[in-house]
Amino acid sequence: MDASWLANYWAVLIAFSILVYVLLDGFDLGVGILFGTTSDEAFRGRMMSAIAPVWDGNETWLILVGASLFGAFPMIYAIFLPAFYLPVALLLFALIFRGVAFEFRYRTERMRWLWDWGFFLGSVVAAFVQGAAIGTMVQELPVVDGQYAGGSYEWVNAFSILCGVGLVFGYALLGASWLILKTTGSLRDWAYERVGWLLIGVAAFLVIAFVFALFEHLRVMDRWLESPWLAVFPTIGAVAAFVLYRGWRHRSSDRLPYAMSAIIFIAAFLTLAGSFWPYMIPFSVTIQDAAAPQQSLSFMFYGAGIVVFPVVVIYTIVVYWVFRGKVREHPDYS
Amino acid sequence: MDLDPVLLSRIQFAFVITFHIIFPAFTIGLAAWLAVIEGMSLATGKAIYRRVFDFWLKVFAVSFGMGVVSGIVMAFQFGTNWSVLAERTGSIQGPLLGYEAFTAFLLEATFFGVVMFGRNRVPPWFYLLSCCMVALGTTASSFWILANNSWMQVPVGYEIVDGEIIPSDWLEIIGGYVFHIRWLHMLLAAYLTTAMCVAATGAWYHLRQVHLAEGRVMLHWGLALGALLIPFQLFVGHLNGEYTEAHQPSKFTAIEGRWQTERPARLILFAWPDTENERNHFEIAIPVIGSFVDDGNFTSEEPGIVTIPKDERPPFLVPFFGFRIMVAMGLVMLAISWGGILLRLSGRLETSRRFLWCTFLSFPSGFIAVVSGWYVAEVGRQPWVVYGLLRTTDAHTPSLTAADVLTSLIGYVFVYTIVFSFGLYYLYRLLRDGPTEPGADIYGATGKRPLAAAGSAETATGSLPRAKE
Repeated sequence: MDASWLANYWAVLIAFSILVYVLLDGFDLGVGILFGTTSDEAFRGRMMSAIAPVWDGNETWLILVGASLFGAFPMIYAIFLPAFYLPVALLLFALIFRGVAFEFRYRTERMRWLWDWGFFLGSVVAAFVQGAAIGTMVQELPVVDGQYAGGSYEWVNAFSILCGVGLVFGYALLGASWLILKTTGSLRDWAYERVGWLLIGVAAFLVIAFVFALFEHLRVMDRWLESPWLAVFPTIGAVAAFVLYRGWRHRSSDRLPYAMSAIIFIAAFLTLAGSFWPYMIPFSVTIQDAAAPQQSLSFMFYGAGIVVFPVVVIYTIVVYWVFRGKVREHPDYS
Repeated sequence: MDLDPVLLSRIQFAFVITFHIIFPAFTIGLAAWLAVIEGMSLATGKAIYRRVFDFWLKVFAVSFGMGVVSGIVMAFQFGTNWSVLAERTGSIQGPLLGYEAFTAFLLEATFFGVVMFGRNRVPPWFYLLSCCMVALGTTASSFWILANNSWMQVPVGYEIVDGEIIPSDWLEIIGGYVFHIRWLHMLLAAYLTTAMCVAATGAWYHLRQVHLAEGRVMLHWGLALGALLIPFQLFVGHLNGEYTEAHQPSKFTAIEGRWQTERPARLILFAWPDTENERNHFEIAIPVIGSFVDDGNFTSEEPGIVTIPKDERPPFLVPFFGFRIMVAMGLVMLAISWGGILLRLSGRLETSRRFLWCTFLSFPSGFIAVVSGWYVAEVGRQPWVVYGLLRTTDAHTPSLTAADVLTSLIGYVFVYTIVFSFGLYYLYRLLRDGPTEPGADIYGATGKRPLAAAGSAETATGSLPRAKE
């Protein structure tokens, strides 16, 4: 099959996986962030239950992104990971800590504080470094001869920190929306109270980030001026935010907050993807520059691309179907 | 003191992979052992096999969980610390490691869940099939990892076009002889590791006079499997030595402990190599046999490491001692498993406390053999990361500073110490307590949360069973 077609196939597949990762792991990281804002043990237990069956399936999408990148775009893999060396290490530590916290916090009374802190901080750090990485990518990475050529702290600057904080709020919004969807009674009310404020926080972040990008003359702004149709996505996001705001005021449907939060994230993702396309590292490495040779792309395609990947999608849908509905409020050991 | 970022990255890689390999080495064998025991349970209908199965399934679940956690880190190491390697050989290593991730996912997504939580929901034949598929899945995972590593040891099926390394023949990459015997060596090592652990656990129960019925099954099966497999492993190990001699003379001479070319060559059993003066102290060597082991005759000339240019030699000591430790562990397994068979024939297997102690204490023999064997393979390959093609020093991420790597290394040591000491302690408690009542089917847990299976019902789902409509 045509090499450039295969490269685009893998690029779209990776973009799709990143989006699914953000929407899914986003809410369970968000629940982890909210977990740290309450000391009510009953709430904490129910928060854990609301994400326990799905969180590691959600993280699988991150692994799929990494595996597909290495296979189809080794150059991107080799630029991105060194550019974010310390944040990636932090992300891994964070994911390890919060991953084992799910089991270990129930194995000990005395040491529970350790795993609870690990769960909360792990969630915050994971969200923050992902946001900071996006913020850094928008500002462009120095690349020379297919290798990252910047310093160790390229990712530490005002804009990237702003994006990191913004994503912590964004994931918390997804998390609160998820809790509304999955819980009842006092915890649902608790989550409802937070959704509105988190929405305002996210909106404020987006406005500040936009103004910042305007004043700093970030190259991404030129792309928006060149292609005004990209404005479609922020418009969709704004409408979703408005609907979410009304839904929050009236508490009309418990499904609405997560759906609208997800649309806000999809809109933000498509805005970024649209302004970067066809670059994978903006604005220096394109999809075709970075693609592995045709022999590698097709070797991956006929096994992983058209067999395993659909199975992963189907599996994800089945798991969410099996665990649909609200989590029971009271334990029932019968 | 000036720290070398390349050296620190190598230490970090060695640290995270040493931690990681322990768990897959164990779970590959355990998956196969579970399939065998489930098959016995179906064939004989004896309840004892079911109790043994349920117990080892819990151990499997925890080990598998820790293998997954430590494996995620491995998936990123190639890019973070070895970006030139990732970029230059990614067209070959990327798809191989990518397939490993996809294979592991397929396994977890499908039959693993059935084995962990589906006992009462599927017919017995399907449950056995699921056990076999899990064993096949862990085996498939090792297939891709060994295919990748074997390509780094002896690169095949590639061509260099405009300075880029690109795959020219995938069949050669995943179907080559060197890869297949290395994969077989690893699989047998995993099976032996598990066999020794199973036997040691049985011996432990006999020493403490608890769980005698289950302990007896473990002791007998573990020793029998060990006795059966170890001769094969010694033979396959010899084949691995042959490929090393043919393709990696630098590693081979270090393993043999041979500095100078000899004709006929001696076989050096033990020595204290003096790397400065390029000679051995305290040598224990057998004349002539070196030529026989290496080339099957008593006269041939065998090269020493001095025939290799200095900048292409591996560190001498690690392959030299690593190899001897590995072989020693193989001999321990041989002695224990065959000794056990002899005692069993004379009916004293369960009563000889001295033998039970030896068996119990040999539980880490498989792990030590696996780790030291990998050190021989990996350190012996130096200074190449891809043998003959790319040097380790040239493969390192150019932008990384020593401070970066030191920071992450300290982080890994810190995180692993906390997380794995807790996990290993938990594993120890499981093994110590032994087979207890068969656990209730855990409602709401999924196959992707293996640690949950080992817990009790109320902790497994995060304290609250969830509603299903």
